[in-house]
Amino acid sequence: MHPALSVIVFTTLSGAGYGLLGWLGVYAAAGLLPPDRPFAIAAMLLALGAVTAGLLSSTLHLGHPERAWRALSQWRSSWLSREGVASLVTYLPALAFGAAWILDDGTGAPARISGVLATLCAVLTVVCTAYIYRSLKPVPRWCNAWVVPNYLALAAMTGALLLALLADGFAQPLPATHVLAAAAIVIALMGKLGYWRFIDSARLASTPESATGLGGLGAVRLFEAPHTSDNYLMKEMGFRIARKHARKLRILAVVLGFVLPFVLIATAGIAGGVIAAAASLLAVASALIGILTERWLFFAEAQHTVTLYYGRRLGMEN
Amino acid sequence: MTSLPQQRGDKRLGLVIDLDVCVGCHACAVNCKEWNAGGVAAPLTDLDPYGKDPHGVWFNRVHTFEAGTGASGRTVHFPRSCLHCEEPACVTVCPTGASYKRAEDGIVLVNEDLCIGCKLCSWACPYGAREYDDDAGVMKKCTLCIDRIYNENLRAEERVPACVATCPTSARSFGDLGDPQSAVSTLVRERGGYDLMPEMEYRPTNKYLPPRPRRDAADAGAAASAAPPLEPVSGAGGLLGFIDRLLSD
Repeated sequence: MHPALSVIVFTTLSGAGYGLLGWLGVYAAAGLLPPDRPFAIAAMLLALGAVTAGLLSSTLHLGHPERAWRALSQWRSSWLSREGVASLVTYLPALAFGAAWILDDGTGAPARISGVLATLCAVLTVVCTAYIYRSLKPVPRWCNAWVVPNYLALAAMTGALLLALLADGFAQPLPATHVLAAAAIVIALMGKLGYWRFIDSARLASTPESATGLGGLGAVRLFEAPHTSDNYLMKEMGFRIARKHARKLRILAVVLGFVLPFVLIATAGIAGGVIAAAASLLAVASALIGILTERWLFFAEAQHTVTLYYGRRLGMEN
Repeated sequence: MTSLPQQRGDKRLGLVIDLDVCVGCHACAVNCKEWNAGGVAAPLTDLDPYGKDPHGVWFNRVHTFEAGTGASGRTVHFPRSCLHCEEPACVTVCPTGASYKRAEDGIVLVNEDLCIGCKLCSWACPYGAREYDDDAGVMKKCTLCIDRIYNENLRAEERVPACVATCPTSARSFGDLGDPQSAVSTLVRERGGYDLMPEMEYRPTNKYLPPRPRRDAADAGAAASAAPPLEPVSGAGGLLGFIDRLLSD
C-alpha cells in the first residue's frame, strides 16, 4: 500500500496525543496529578495539540476536505466514521478534564471523573483507528489480530514517553513515569516483533489462481497487463518495498523506536535533574522518528489482493 | 446510508463473462470508457493522455493470463470490472454514505456529491473495481450502465451495459442472476460459472465461465488416422503416370 505521509503523520501524532491523554486520565483517577498550573497547561496543550495536528493532517489526503464533516454520518457500518465521531467526542471529556485540572486542581472529583472518561475515549479512538486497517480483508498484513494491540501499545508507549518528558521538564514529582515508559516500550516492542514474525510466515488464502479461478488449468501467470503505464490501482495499492530495504528499516525502527528510547528513559530515571529532562527529550525525539519509520513500513509492507491481477503473489517481495 | 439494505428485492443484476470465448480485443473496455465518459459518472478523467505517463479512470480492464504449462497450458483473456457483490465491504467502509448498494437490483454505486475522496473503499475492494479520479477528487466505479439498462429512450435491445452491447464474440451476458430461470442463470448452471476469490466472502454477483476443456492431442491423432486411406492409382500413363512413379519411390 502507498505510504501516504499525511496518514503516517496522523496515526503517529494522534496516537502519541491520545496516549498522553490516556495516561493523564489514569494519573488523575489515582489522584496523583500535581496541582501545578503551568504543568497542567503544558500537558493539555501537548496532548490535544498532537491529537489536533494529527486529525488535521488526516484531512490533507482527502479529495474533498471541505466535505470531511460528512464522514461523521456512517458510524453504524464504517470504522473510519466511528473514528471521526470518537475523536470529536473525546474533546468533550478532555476539555472538561483540562479545565478541571487547570482551574481547580488535579485531585478533585471533577478532574478524576473527566480524566477517566478522557482515558476511555482516547482508548476507543485508537481502537477505531486500528480497526480501519484491521477490518480490510484484501490486505492480509492488516487484517490480523496483531494490528489493534500494536496500535494501542504504540500509542501507550509514545504517550508514556511524552508524560515522562513533561514530568522531567517541569521537575514534577509524578511517580513512576520512567518505569511506566520503560515497561510500555518493552510491551510495544514485543507486539511489533510478534507482528513482523506473523506477517513473514502467514499462509495467505488468495493467489493468482483464486483471483482468476483458472487454477484448475495450472499455475497462473500474467502474460499481458491491461495497460502500459501504472494506473491508480498500481500507484495506490501496488507499492512495493524490496525485502532487503524492509529488513534495514525494521532494524532502524527497532533501534530508534524502542532500544534507544529505553536506554535514554532508564538514564533519565536514574540521573534526575537536567540530565533527566535532556535524556527524556531525546527519548521522545528518537521514539517519534522510530515510530514514523514503523508506520511507513506498516503501509509499505502491506500487500493488496488487487496486485494478484498484475502478476504478483502475496507474501513475496524481491 | 452505507449499511447494506435490509429489505432486498429478488433482482440481482450482473454480468456473466465467458473466458472461453473472450478474445482479448479490449472493445468492452473501450466502449465502457466511451459511454461512461458522457454518462452519469462523467467525466472519466485522463491525465497526461499524450505524455510520458498517461493514466486515467477506466471501469473495465482486460488482463491476459497464461494458465498451466505445456500441451495443457492456455492463454486466457480476462476482463475485470465491478462484480456488484452481495457483501460489498467497499460500501460498508464508506464514512460518508456516498457508496451504496441498491435494494431493488443490487447495483453498487457512488454518489459523487457526497464522496470525500478518502479512497478507503478502493482499499476494501479485493478486485480493484474502484478507481480514484484525481481531477474530480472522488471515487468512480462501474455503474452497470444504469443510464442504459433502464433508459427508455434507447431501443429495448440496446438496454444492456456498453461492454455487453459491443462485445464482438458475445463473451459478455447481462441479466438477472437472482432469477434461476433467467438466461444468465442457466448459462452459469450449465457451464459451471464461478466466483472470483470466494475466500474473501464478498459473494460477487458477476460470474465467470471457465474455458472449455481442450480436445486433447490423443483424440486429435485418432481422428486423423481414422480417415479412410486414398485409393491406389493404377496404370496411368503419360504425365500422371510419371508423377505417380516419382511419388511412389
